Amino acid sequence: MDLFSNLALGFSVALTPTCLGLAVVGCILGTMIGALPGLGPSNGVAILIPLSFSLELDAIQALVLMTSVYYGAMYGGRISSILLNIPGDEPAMMTTLDGYPMAKQGRAGDALVLSGVASFVGALLATVGLMILAPILARVAFLFGPAEYFALYMLAFCTLGGIGSNNQAKAAIAVCLGLGISMIGVDNSTGLTRFTGGNLHLFDGVNFLVAIVGLFAVTEVFVFIESHGKETAIGVKLKKVTIPIKDIIYTRWSMLRGTLIGFIAGLLPGAGASLGSFLAYTFEKGVAKDKSKFGKGDVRGLVAPEAGNNAAAGGALVPMLTLGVPGSGTTAVLLALLMTLNITPGPLLFSERPEVVWGLIASLLIANVVLLILNVPMVKVFSRILQVPPSILLPAVTMISFVGIFSLSGSHFDLLLMIGFGILGYILRKVDIPAVPVILGILLGEHMEVSLRRAMVLSDGDWSYLIESPISLGLWLAAIVGFIAPIFLRGFFKKPPQPVA
Amino acid sequence: MSDRIFGLIIAVVALAFFASATQLEQPFFADPLGPKAFPYLISVVAFIAASMMIFSPDKESNWPNFKTLIRISVAVIILILYANSLKPLGFLFSTAIAAGALSYQIRPRSIESIAIGVGLSVVLFIIFKYGLGLGLFAFPRWL
Repeated sequence: MDLFSNLALGFSVALTPTCLGLAVVGCILGTMIGALPGLGPSNGVAILIPLSFSLELDAIQALVLMTSVYYGAMYGGRISSILLNIPGDEPAMMTTLDGYPMAKQGRAGDALVLSGVASFVGALLATVGLMILAPILARVAFLFGPAEYFALYMLAFCTLGGIGSNNQAKAAIAVCLGLGISMIGVDNSTGLTRFTGGNLHLFDGVNFLVAIVGLFAVTEVFVFIESHGKETAIGVKLKKVTIPIKDIIYTRWSMLRGTLIGFIAGLLPGAGASLGSFLAYTFEKGVAKDKSKFGKGDVRGLVAPEAGNNAAAGGALVPMLTLGVPGSGTTAVLLALLMTLNITPGPLLFSERPEVVWGLIASLLIANVVLLILNVPMVKVFSRILQVPPSILLPAVTMISFVGIFSLSGSHFDLLLMIGFGILGYILRKVDIPAVPVILGILLGEHMEVSLRRAMVLSDGDWSYLIESPISLGLWLAAIVGFIAPIFLRGFFKKPPQPVA
Repeated sequence: MSDRIFGLIIAVVALAFFASATQLEQPFFADPLGPKAFPYLISVVAFIAASMMIFSPDKESNWPNFKTLIRISVAVIILILYANSLKPLGFLFSTAIAAGALSYQIRPRSIESIAIGVGLSVVLFIIFKYGLGLGLFAFPRWL
């Protein structure tokens, strides 16, 4: 079997002592980052990327470290959801619905263990799904020419904008902002500089890591200063932690349903983990015969979204690795990591650098086992992190972001640019424009323009070439549906209210 | 109202972006599209979306009160000063001051903030310098 020889290759790469060590460190850091309210997988991974370069890791080691952080943060997000009723990150929001009421009933330990197991099931099965599906999709991706890629980017922007925002115009503005920023700098096809205003610092374009750390981490500083004082976290105390075997067996089908739904949501370019956990919860509530306990501490309402968001995290890696199109904010950040490591995701990655792909997959499997150990028997240790006061945490995060960006280039221009992006991110947050499409625009803008221009070279300027092949036509149709359908579906998918503290 | 103002700003930016794109040279040996077409497309889409924001705004956004805005502006100034002082003042001094000041913004207790600033600066310096091997200067170079 191809799969097994590939996996053997992957484990031969991932089982070196360095990689194993990095996976453990990454999982611990990730769980901590996920657990801290306000620090989610995307900004956590973003502020650590520049620092991981200074360790002089090779591409595989850097990937192992950062994906462990990514998976870890997905696990850790549930801890503050359950104990504080504050989601540690956006996908963990649905976990508050039944997790916090369970904790209030004195079952905080059960809720943490149960959701930890659900995370494990979701993430593990999704990694298996990734193993099976990614090589197949990579083969399909070989058929993609520039016109298909252009359509694919359209699809990613449209679904991300359509689903991720409440207002299509605002989503479109977010995408255009990102694409516009990506145009700054030297145009590779002609060697001309564009939109630099004569500023030498901008000739190389805007470094996407600067933009990402600014929009995620620095914005969070301002949001935090604003919200401080309003959200006083009166946490639930965690008592003895035991393993609720009965509940685990009782919820096995909920976990599997949540996993499947989450994985599929993760596969959609631009949809991601928040949608995964949301759909998993809604579906679970829909199929349940007795709905009366949902929102009041039903174990099924706890495990389904938790399995869903972790499965979506795995699913989102499929389009990211095979097509270079990320499915969520965090995978966008991981794509930025790949691009900085000079690894171009896409079908060629699977045939030319299998050790990278399969090493990554093997380390995800390892990370899952490590995370299960960290998040079930040792969950009490991590719940202590929630007691770090914000007056220490926030300055620390800020300083780490600054030093990280400073270590990339040593220029204070990048730092000022990062602060600028932080302010932009804050204003965007206030007028309800999503930031993730901006990032995706900055990341993909150049590729999108290049594929459009190549397509026009091939067709000699005939625009109808863009929708000529069945694949690109299908992608365009999906893009239009993905952009428009949420307008009509919004009425059905009202977010359930959060439980009152 | 915020939506309309923001939409207006984006519309102006889109126009400026379009105007700036028209000024780009069209090289002699260019591909059929050239370097201008994609920026044109972006600015047109942005302009349309911005007009939609102007003409059908969502309900008013929830801006913080004046006092909070001042606190956020102070934080911005602290960050800008920090960005400019990291090189000339060295890591330890500038970080201690910036971290302490930020901490004061969140919890206004002077002694606690000083302790947090100094503590964070030393701990982070050890991690960055000896853990990660970053080339940071602890003190100003003239010392």
